[in-house]
Amino acid sequence: MSWYLTLPLVIPFAAAIIAYLLRHSPLGGWVSIIGSGLGLIASIALMAVVLDAGVVAGQMGNWPAPFGITLVADLLSAVMVLITAITGFAVAIYALGDITERQAKLGYHALFQILLAGVTGAFLTGDLFNLYVWFEVMLIASFGLLILNGGKEQMDGGVKYVALNLISTILFLTGIGLLYGMTGTLNFADLALKVDEVENQGLLTVVAMMFMVAFGVKAAVFPLFFWLPAAYHTPSFSVSAVFAGLLTKVGVYALIRMFTMVFDHDIGFTHTVLLWVACLTMVIGVLGAAAQSDFRKILSFHIISQIGYMILGLALMTPLALVGAVFYLVHHIIVKANLFLIAGIAKRLTGGTEVYQIGGLYKSAPFLAILFLIPAFSLAGFPPLSGFWAKYIIVKATLDVEMWFVAFIALAVGLMTIYSMTKIWAEAFWKPHPDRIEPELKTLPNKAAQIIPVAGLAILTIIIGLNPEPFVIFAERTTEQLLDPTVYITTVLGEAS
Amino acid sequence: MEQLLSVLIGILVASAVYLMLARNLLRFLFGLILLSNAANLTIFVAGRLTPGAPPLVPDGLDAPVGDVANALPQALVLTAIVIGFGLFAFALILAFRAYQSLGTLNTDEMRVAEPKEIR
Repeated sequence: MSWYLTLPLVIPFAAAIIAYLLRHSPLGGWVSIIGSGLGLIASIALMAVVLDAGVVAGQMGNWPAPFGITLVADLLSAVMVLITAITGFAVAIYALGDITERQAKLGYHALFQILLAGVTGAFLTGDLFNLYVWFEVMLIASFGLLILNGGKEQMDGGVKYVALNLISTILFLTGIGLLYGMTGTLNFADLALKVDEVENQGLLTVVAMMFMVAFGVKAAVFPLFFWLPAAYHTPSFSVSAVFAGLLTKVGVYALIRMFTMVFDHDIGFTHTVLLWVACLTMVIGVLGAAAQSDFRKILSFHIISQIGYMILGLALMTPLALVGAVFYLVHHIIVKANLFLIAGIAKRLTGGTEVYQIGGLYKSAPFLAILFLIPAFSLAGFPPLSGFWAKYIIVKATLDVEMWFVAFIALAVGLMTIYSMTKIWAEAFWKPHPDRIEPELKTLPNKAAQIIPVAGLAILTIIIGLNPEPFVIFAERTTEQLLDPTVYITTVLGEAS
Repeated sequence: MEQLLSVLIGILVASAVYLMLARNLLRFLFGLILLSNAANLTIFVAGRLTPGAPPLVPDGLDAPVGDVANALPQALVLTAIVIGFGLFAFALILAFRAYQSLGTLNTDEMRVAEPKEIR
C-alpha cells in the first residue's frame, strides 16, 4: 500500500469526522484548516513522487488490477489533487470569516472536508465505477453545503442543482453498465486496451456520447449548464468559491481522461461534437454573463464560458491544445475561486452583490480593488497574468490547425470577458456607493482570515503569469502521458500487458 | 430473458421521461427513480444473464470450476441501489422543504433564485 496515494484521501475524511464531533465548538473551523493544511502537504508529497516516477499506482485491498480498486496518480491527477488542496486550504481559512455559528453547528466544516475528499478521490481513482462513487460522495456533500442556509433562494437553486445532477448521474451509470457489457472491465488502463477489441465500434461511439452528456452536465457545457447559474449565487461565499473552483473541473477532468485514454477510436466524430460544444459554450456563457448584474451571477456565467476553452483544448486533440487545456484548468481554478472569495468581501463591505446597488470600493478599499484586478484581468487574459498564457496556448493551437473561425471566437469571447469584468469594476469599485456608504477594509470582521487567502491566490496567479515556463513544461509532460498512456497502462496492469 | 428485460427497461425509461417532463416536482422525482431503476437493470442485463453456479472457489484452488455466474454486475447494481436510495431520500426531503418555503411544487413558478426581472 502506497501511503502517498491514500493520505490525500484519508486526511479529509479524518478531518471531517473530527470537525463533525467538534461542530458546536469554535475549534471546528480550525480542524478544517489543519486538515486542509495536512492535505496540502500530502498532495505536495504526492506531486514530488509523481514528478519523479511519472505514474504511480496502488491496488486497494491488494487485489491485482483490473479486479481490485486501483488508485492511480499520473501528472494530471497529481496536479489536480494539488490544486484541489490549495483551493481547499484557502477556502478553509476564508471560512473563519464567512461561516456563521449556525452553519458550523449544522456541520459545514465536516461537509466541506467530505467534498474535498470526494473531489480528490475522483482525481485519484483508476476505475470507472469508483469514479461514479466519488462523484456521488462529492455530490451529496455539495447538496448539503448548497442548502445549508435553508432560505428560499437556496431551496429554489438546490432543487434545480439536485435534479439536473441526478439525471447526469443516472446517464453516467447507464454508460458504465453498457461499457462493462461490451468490454468486461471498468479499469481505465484495461479499458484503454479492451475498447480496441470491441467489434461494434459504432455502439462504442453511442456509449461515448452517453459519457459525454453525463460529464458535460457536470462540467456545465452548453446546452447542459442550466443548473449552474441557478444555484451558484445562492449559498455562502466559501461554498460557492469551492464549487466554482472545483466541481465543474471534475467534469472537465473526467472528459479529458475518458476522451484521451478510452474513447479515442472515432476522434473525427466525438471530438468534432466537442469542438462545437466548446465554441457554443464559450459564446453562450459570455453572453449570459453580459446580461447579468449580480456579482456572483456574472462570475457563474463566466465559469461556463471558460469551461469552453478547456473543452476546446480537448476537442482539438493536438499536443499543444492539450497543453493549453491542462494549463487553463489549473489557472482557472485559482482565479475563479479567488473571484468568488472577493465577491464575499465586497458583499460584507457594501451590503450587496447586485452591482448597480453597490459601489465605492475603489476609493475606500483600494487594496481590495487591486486584489480584484489581478484575478479579473487574469480571467480576461491580460499579460503578464496566468490567463494570458492559458488563452495564448489555446489560440495558438487553433491557429496551428488553421481553424481561423474558432480562433476568432476564442479571441472575441476574451474581449467580451473584459466587458463583464469592466462592468463589475465600474459599478462595484469605481462609482460611489448609491447610499453614500464608504466601506473600509478596517471594519471587516475577521479581516485577516478573509484577506490572506485572497492575497495568497492572487500571488499564485502572478507567479504563474510571470514565470510560466516550468508550468508549461509540466503541462507538456502531462500531455505526453495523456496522448501515450503506455506508462499509465503498464504501471497499473504490470509489465505483462 | 434479455429481450424481456430490454422491453421492460424501455417501458421504464419511457414512463420516466413522461413523468419527468411534468411541471410538478414530485412527478419529476418519481420519474427520476424509475429512470435510476432502468439504469440498474441495464447494468444487470449488460453484464450477461448467466444461469451458472455461484462463483465460489473450492478449497485449494485459485479459480472456480466450470461455468459460474458473473457476480460483478450484481455488486455494481447493489452499490448503485444504495447510493440511489440515499440520493432519492435527500431529493424527496428537499422537495418537501422547497414546498414549505416556496409554497409551490410547480417548477415554472420556482423563480426565486432566478427572478424574471433583472433590473
